[in-house]
Amino acid sequence: MSLLAKVAVRRGDFELDVTLEVSAGSVISLLGPNGAGKSTLLAVLAGLLRPDSAIIELDGETVIDTVKGTYVAARHRRVGLVLQDYLLFPHLSALENAAFGLRSRGVPRRRSRSVAAAWLARLGVGDVADRRPRELSGGQAQRVALARALAVEPRLLLLDEPLAALDVGTRPAVRADLRRHLADYDGCAIVVTHDPLEALVLGDRLVVIEHGRIVQEGTPEQVTRHPLTDYVARLVGLNLLRGSADGRVATVGPEAVVTLAHDAAGPVHIAFSPASVTLSPHRPEGSARNAWAGSVADMERHGDLVRVTVDGPVPVLADVTPLAVADLDLAPGIAVWASVKATEITVYPA
Amino acid sequence: MTRHSAEARVPVLFVVPAGLGLAILLLPLAGLLARAPWNRLGEILGSDGVLTALRLSVLTATLATAICLVCGIPLAWLLARGSFPGRSLLRGLVTVPLVLPPVIGGIALLVAFGRGGTVGSWLESATGTTLPFTTAAVVIAQSFVAMPFLVIAVEGALRGADRRYEDVAATLGASPWTIFRRVTLPAVAPGVLSGAVLCWARALGEFGATITFAGSFPGITRTLPLEAYTAIGAGDAETAIVLSLLMIVVAVAVLALLRDRWLVRG
Repeated sequence: MSLLAKVAVRRGDFELDVTLEVSAGSVISLLGPNGAGKSTLLAVLAGLLRPDSAIIELDGETVIDTVKGTYVAARHRRVGLVLQDYLLFPHLSALENAAFGLRSRGVPRRRSRSVAAAWLARLGVGDVADRRPRELSGGQAQRVALARALAVEPRLLLLDEPLAALDVGTRPAVRADLRRHLADYDGCAIVVTHDPLEALVLGDRLVVIEHGRIVQEGTPEQVTRHPLTDYVARLVGLNLLRGSADGRVATVGPEAVVTLAHDAAGPVHIAFSPASVTLSPHRPEGSARNAWAGSVADMERHGDLVRVTVDGPVPVLADVTPLAVADLDLAPGIAVWASVKATEITVYPA
Repeated sequence: MTRHSAEARVPVLFVVPAGLGLAILLLPLAGLLARAPWNRLGEILGSDGVLTALRLSVLTATLATAICLVCGIPLAWLLARGSFPGRSLLRGLVTVPLVLPPVIGGIALLVAFGRGGTVGSWLESATGTTLPFTTAAVVIAQSFVAMPFLVIAVEGALRGADRRYEDVAATLGASPWTIFRRVTLPAVAPGVLSGAVLCWARALGEFGATITFAGSFPGITRTLPLEAYTAIGAGDAETAIVLSLLMIVVAVAVLALLRDRWLVRG
């Protein structure tokens, strides 16, 4: 089961224009900031929003072809949808919710219920089959919603922020479980999220969408190592600079150069971890060290460290210990030097 | 910052007109209670005329409510969900019977459905029957005045319902009819229920349109309000008072039933 989608939607100023290919059995994490068009894309794929122009093929069957005028309605599309707040039908029990799709497709009540019960059991919520949605915990509701979607054996499974409604404590367990169930599922799955960890854990591939366009896609490793936009870099916790390289020097601004450990040429991305950045009150010594003057713009707690935003010709994030903050007497507005070893820098073509 | 209690700011000047208003609203009811023939209550309620009117009222109001449900829910759905030109105009027209004097409604019904009326003459030539002054006319008159209550209640509920549930149902393979029956209708059920109760109460109390369009024939068109009117006209105040009390009990029961849903906000 595979998906090929070319979708264009225009709504006022916003324009979504993406091409997506998902191979059978794989899970795509669709990552992007709010308003990037993730949910719009999902709505088009599910058949809830008519695109201005699109070609969507599911398993070789054309579901939408705006040129030829093909349009398969949502109910004939066999696309499973699990939304952030799960939207279990409040007047039906968990079992009746899970059986809803089969009943709607004309499967007799008894058979629908036994299939639904099997799905609930498989997802570990067989014991709450008789409960109403309001009596379920967030994790249970999510599993029931997943069972409801999977019971009709969808060709494509769409999950919109499937963990966002859960409290932080239960999230890791439910996430691990969801990953297992997605691995068992043999159709294509697309998980929309803005949580990078969720995207990395659940997806075989990451697709990053910004302003209605796909800005980067690849394996989690490719994307985290080589972010192509500021948004992705921030998500994966890297500093990202763009510049033009000539030998071991890259120009990243009017007065800013970066010393590289290896030769490079032409437009490049330069990435380095905030942890590899050192802050000091004076220009540090050392030839292979890049040092840029700047001032502290912002400071926030980041795990055991403090993430300092340094503004200057080369804006960088630096992770330093609370001890260093005290030693350097760091506060917004204070002038500092940010330095990073050339060997800590990754360079890749832009 | 401290907030002063609201009562501290009530102008003294308001006490008199407010008390007068209360008197206008409540004195008549108090008068009914004071004049009620409590010892003859059972006898009057059990009399043939009253029982016949009561039976007819319950029957016609229930039929009218059924008609309003069958026609009003789809109408409310179209007004809430449909996209067609003139929808807001239509919504306005639907509420006209709310503000129209019922007698005017009755005249309009008579002109349309009466002998020689637009629909009436066609109906007579097609089926040989005429509507005015029949029990059917009572039901139509009641439907006419009561339908807006149902439509407004259901339309409001439909607008408030989260349509994403319907989206999910569609992706699960449900047809529009299945979605309506198994997802939308249960979601708006409280609105439908309160609309139906208001509708029934309004139909039960219908007077003006009924007497104009259906007349006042015992057992055929003389419902409770018409019976009360007939009684007071004939000088039988006791029967009129007992029937009035009966209607008040129904009205208060309806208010109590809908209190939590409609009448108390904030």
